[in-house]
Amino acid sequence: MRPKVYQDFDEAVADIPNGASIMFGGFGNPGVPRNLISALLRQGAKDLTTISNTPGRPGNRMDANNLIEAGRVRKVVCAFTAGRTPPTFNELYAAGKIEAELVPQGTMAERIRAAGAGIGAFYTRTGVGTELAEGKEQRDIDGKDYLLEYPLPADYAFVRAYRTDTYGNTFYRLSQRNFNPIMAQAAKVTIVETEQLVEPGEIEPDHVHTPSIFVDRVVLIPPAPEGIWESVR
Amino acid sequence: MTKRPLTRQELCTRLAMEFQDGWVVNLGVGMPTLCSNYVDPVNTPTFQAENGVIGYGPQAMEGEEDLYLVNAGAEYVIMTPGGSILHHADSFGLIRGGYVDVTVLGAYEVAENGDFANWKTAGSKGGAIGGAMDLAVSAKRVFIAMEHTTKDGTPRVLKRCSLPVTAVGVVSLLATNLGLFEITPDGFLLKEIAPGYTPEEVQSMTEPKFTVSSGLKEMSLSDEE
Repeated sequence: MRPKVYQDFDEAVADIPNGASIMFGGFGNPGVPRNLISALLRQGAKDLTTISNTPGRPGNRMDANNLIEAGRVRKVVCAFTAGRTPPTFNELYAAGKIEAELVPQGTMAERIRAAGAGIGAFYTRTGVGTELAEGKEQRDIDGKDYLLEYPLPADYAFVRAYRTDTYGNTFYRLSQRNFNPIMAQAAKVTIVETEQLVEPGEIEPDHVHTPSIFVDRVVLIPPAPEGIWESVR
Repeated sequence: MTKRPLTRQELCTRLAMEFQDGWVVNLGVGMPTLCSNYVDPVNTPTFQAENGVIGYGPQAMEGEEDLYLVNAGAEYVIMTPGGSILHHADSFGLIRGGYVDVTVLGAYEVAENGDFANWKTAGSKGGAIGGAMDLAVSAKRVFIAMEHTTKDGTPRVLKRCSLPVTAVGVVSLLATNLGLFEITPDGFLLKEIAPGYTPEEVQSMTEPKFTVSSGLKEMSLSDEE
């Protein structure tokens, strides 16, 4: 194990090329890697594929929506491509200027898990008899119909955490956990923005949610206003 | 009795009265979240949210929000003693694994064959699925809470869904602002009706012919009972 601490967010995202696929953790406000997304916005990579629960929310919140508004995203993979999705995404999608792959949330989570766990594919009952079953292999297993689904890997994962040691061992608080651990495991390069940076051994081994093996880079979030922290709104 | 449709809270309260002690209950985004406002004097369910939260309680009041804890609707909630957290893949493992006793979802349409539609509107290119498809095929029971008709009076209680379905043949109980319906092999069975309405009036706003329960009663949610 070796230290993986980067001094700032710009350094941590500097090598992300055009065309990269990137996972963003987060569900609602908790667990969104806003500092890393903000750095990627400054960095300039384009033609990105983003993988996140939603295409973000309107406003300058530093989520997938900011990259979409800046014209840097070629494709989104998410569980929502309509409804409360941001207006810019809706316009681009209707005009055919952005691609979208709509995935049921549980199937998305399991596809991400499978990518990090060396699973070649899996069958799920989710989506049977719906539009989303079109083109997918369907199989009867023990009298019930299932659809075949493939893993969903990525080049990078951006993760938001509560506490991380310098080796990358990571602990999340409450529903901040959401997609973050499975994304950390599924991506080739995982970058963690953390609220507390501690020395190895300061997180009990039993309390590590994401082991250091899955983490490549760690950046400590500086105090506001330089760092982006959550608020109720 | 004054004739009036049920409020959204009332129809969600009526569904919540079905929750049994110890049930694992999953509430969909929107109207169904109102189910957790009902506190039964006897039965205590465990509320589970798709983002991995097990054992959450009421919505947080202003000033008591924990920035690290939201429900499926991304609303800040309070954890109850004994609560726990899973990551997203394990949370949906719990859901697909059959541990959810009931999911209450909103819908655009419900059909008499138990199909329902809640993710894609007419003419829309995209959809809002979230966890609904996973929940609908996995929970032991699927309850739907929705308005009986669209704003212009078009029935939403149908013979067959006109919109793309979320899941096939899964709905067992439907509460609308006009009544409570069980879905049986023979179609809809009206069990309870909004105050002052007649079954004929409700039928006129419903596409398929429904059966009226021999024990039909007015839906009364007054505290005296």
